[in-house]
Parts: sequence; C-alpha cells; structure tokens
Amino acid sequence: MTELIEFITNNLQMVYILILMIFVGVEIIGHVPAVLHTPLMSGANAIHGVIIIGAILVMMGADPENKLALALGFVAVILGTLNVVGGFVVTDRMLEMFKKRK
Amino acid sequence: MDYSFSLELIYLVASVTYILGLKMLGHPETARKGNLIAAGGMTLAILGTLIFYKGAVPTFVYLLIGLAILLGTVSGWIIARKVKMTKMPELVSLFNGMGGASAALIGLIEFAHYTGHRLSILTILGGIIIGSVSFSGSMIAWGKLNGTLAKPLRLPKYNLINNLVILGIFAFAAYMVWSGTDSQLFLYLLFFAALTYGVIFVLPIGGADMPVVISLLNSFTGLAAALSGFLYGNMVLLTGGILVGSAGTILTFAMCKAMNRSLVNVLFGGFGDKSSESLEGSSHTIDGEIKNTTVSDVAILMNYSNRVIFVPGYGLAVAQAQHAIHELEELLESKGVEVKYAIHPVAGRMPGHMNVLLAETNVDYGKLAEMEDVNPEFQNTDVVFVVGANDVVNPAAHNDPSSPIYGMPILEVEHAKKVIVNKRSMKPGYAGIENELFYNPKTSMLFGDAKKVIQELISEIKSM
Repeated sequence: MTELIEFITNNLQMVYILILMIFVGVEIIGHVPAVLHTPLMSGANAIHGVIIIGAILVMMGADPENKLALALGFVAVILGTLNVVGGFVVTDRMLEMFKKRK
Repeated sequence: MDYSFSLELIYLVASVTYILGLKMLGHPETARKGNLIAAGGMTLAILGTLIFYKGAVPTFVYLLIGLAILLGTVSGWIIARKVKMTKMPELVSLFNGMGGASAALIGLIEFAHYTGHRLSILTILGGIIIGSVSFSGSMIAWGKLNGTLAKPLRLPKYNLINNLVILGIFAFAAYMVWSGTDSQLFLYLLFFAALTYGVIFVLPIGGADMPVVISLLNSFTGLAAALSGFLYGNMVLLTGGILVGSAGTILTFAMCKAMNRSLVNVLFGGFGDKSSESLEGSSHTIDGEIKNTTVSDVAILMNYSNRVIFVPGYGLAVAQAQHAIHELEELLESKGVEVKYAIHPVAGRMPGHMNVLLAETNVDYGKLAEMEDVNPEFQNTDVVFVVGANDVVNPAAHNDPSSPIYGMPILEVEHAKKVIVNKRSMKPGYAGIENELFYNPKTSMLFGDAKKVIQELISEIKSM
C-alpha cells in the first residue's frame, strides 16, 4: 500500500494524464456515424502502434551482450512497425474510397 | 527514464496529433486528413526517439533497429496495399495482433530489469497478459474472418472454464508480484497461459460478432501500450495507449448498439446456442415454401420496373461482385429504371464495410441509402434485389421475440412489391438462423454465385 501511495505521489502528473485522456477518448468518439466505425477502428489500431516506441527503447536500453533481449526486441520492433505502417496505410486506403464518392 | 526537452516536446506534439487525428476520423470530410496527421505524429515520435535518446547505444543496435523498422515498413506497406478490400476486416485484426505481440515481448524482456520493484512488475505482467490475449485473440479473429475457423468452437461449460482460466492467470500474476519472484519459468508460464486464454476467449464467439471482438481487442492493445508508457514514464506511449483504450471501448459499445446487442451478450451470450433453441423450440414456425426463379425472369422483371433497390451483403463481397452490380446498376439506369442501394449499418463483416466496397467501384454517393432513409421507400419499390445478405433483412427481428436478432433494426424489404434473393444455397446466414423472408409469397430465390448471376442478368437485359 505504501508503495502505491508513493508511486501516485511520485507520478501524480501521469495519473492526471491517464484520467484526463480517458475522458478525451470518450468525448472524441461521441456520435460517429456507423459508416465510419471501421475506418475509425482501423485508425485507432494504427495509433496503438505507438508501442513501437517502447520496443525501440527496449532495444536501445538493452545490454548489447544480451542476445535474447536484442532478438526479442528486434521482433518487437518489426511487429510494432507492421502495426503502425499497415494500420495507417489500410485506413488511408479505406478513406480514399470514401473520398471518391463525392 | 528521463528524456531530453526536445524529445518531450516531440512527444507532446505527437500526442496532440493522435487526439486531433482521432477526432477528425469521426467526420467524413476530415477523416483522411486526420489519419495522415496521426501518421505524421507517429513518424515524428519514432524519429525523435531514435535521435534524442540519452545514453550510449552501440552502432550495431542502431543498425538492428533500422533493419527492423525497414522490414516492418516494407512488409506492412505491401500487405496493406495488396490485400483485397474485401479482406480488410481481417487485416485490421492482423495488425492489431502485431501490436499486442509487440507489447507482450517488451514485457518479457523488461521483467528481469525490474526485480524488486513491485509496481513495475505489476505493470509489466499486466502488459504481458493484455498484449498476449490481444495477440492470440486477434489471430483467432483473423482466422474466423477469412473462413479458416468459420464455425464457433465450444467446449462444454466454456464460459465457466474461460472464467476460471482468467481468474487463475490473475491469481498467478498477483502471486508473482507479491512474492517478488524473478523466475523466468514463471514469466513464460504466465505468457503461455495468457496466449491460451486469448484463443479460448475468442473461439466460442460467432464470426458475425468478430468486428466487436476486434474492436475490444484493439482497445486492449491500447491499454497494453499505456502500461508500458507507465513503466518508462513515456508520455507519448501513455497518451496514445490510453486514448485508443478509451476510444476503442466506446467504439465497441457503439458497434454493439448498432446490432442491438449488449457486450456481455456478444462475449458470453453464445449466439448460436440461443438460435438453435429458437429453431427447435420456438412456437414461431415458418410456413410456406421456397419459390425459385430464373435469370431471364428476373431480367424481365427488372427491365420493366420503375424502381429497383439493391441490398448488398457479405455474399456480394465474397463473390467479388461489387463491380458487376455497379455495371448492372448503370445498365438499368440507362434503361430508365431508378436504382438505389440500401445499406444496412452492419452489412458485411464490419460496420461500413459495404460503403467502402461499393465506393471502390465508383458507385455514386447519392445512390447509397442508409437504413432509416430507405425503409419508408420500400413500399414504392417494384423489385428489391437482395445479394448475399440475410440477417439484415430477416423479419424475425421484428416478429419473433425468441429470435436472437429480435429487436435489431432491419431493412424492411418485405414491403416491396417483389423481392428477389440471390444466395449460393439455403444455408442460414452468419447468425445461423432461418429467414422467413425466403418463404414470403412475394419472394423468389435466385440461387448461384452472386458475380455469375449478376453477369448473366447483365447480358440478359442487354439483349432485350
């Protein structure tokens, strides 16, 4: 328990951000037409590809002798990049089609 | 971990682009720009991390990271560009799984570095559990959508088993945190248990509900990303992750609402179970018989109609018949027939799937009518042509309280003067339930592959 209190006091800023971001996420989605559900999901999918930053940090912080960590990190970066690039490109492809209809 | 001021600034900008991007994705006019803005922010954050990282990194590690990014970019780009638009829902699921796996791998590596820090271990284990479930669950969803795992697979008492498994996983993780263990064996045990849970969690859920499941797993991956943001005190991971986590959850509920189901019902309801009950035990039996018709009859019927409405469903996508139906539409229009498409919000495998598919063939925007607008028009319509759609036109949603789709808004095609249903066979639709529309005296069935049938219709009408 003391650890938890200590953590919260030390990271009060992050806790604030966490809570405010939850509300932002809820507000943003609000009343989105059903037609846009799929592109929106796909766009959100690309954004959580931000995990790639974590993967890069892991690799940069890893002990260069630790081959297992580097190998796993390498795979994590590839997967994260797939998530980011694939996610944004697919979303763009979907939305490209919406644009044509005008 | 501390970051340089420049990097913090870059992360701040990136976080704002995610919020802005998601916001703009919610409006048809700004959606594409929103996506590009978020992508720009992401590129900035990645480059910033590589350039402004404080600490000595050996050159070969930089090369490895560069190589990994290159590999991921090239393959991600190719996959996203080459895959057919009909395969799009699977693709979202696939990429979501990649993100989840990435989060889980990060946790596996970092576990050894934080021995003794209970809260960090808690964050790491949380990331591993959520990331792994998201990965294996997305893979199963992917398999279900591309047809490899079409049938829901249910062990007896699967809900009980699944809940016990997840409770066991939580208890085991709690023990690991409490005991402060650094056992790699325990770590991998937890990892594999979470992977297994993802599989057994998604397997019993019917294919029609996959969009909801993918949306849910999508928000899971966001949560996993946010957890590693906590671990590293990294703001962009935290904001991006939480944003997707909460927006994804709301989106999941919105999708459930469009299908008039609750999330609990989707996840644990066992859609198929209920429908088999209603098939056998329901007092609502279907009277009448199926009437078949031929291509030439339908061609004549359409040719001499004033108004025709097409109702496309997933069958159209499977048969790749979107171009053919657009050609049929243009042909009929040239003969003075008024043609529209009635789009059910959840037609296809994902909300908006049909709009995207038809837009690909350059169908005029004004011809795609939404459900609420088109429903009153059916009674003035001569022919409704249902292509590969089933559950979204099932009157049981109105008439049969025991039906699992009861209460779902449907396209009321039965009010039209004549209904032609094109299907490959009498097999029930995705929800696995009978459709009394097919037994309606106004309805005629035109069996066959959608693309082939429509092409035959086109040549038949052309020769008139």
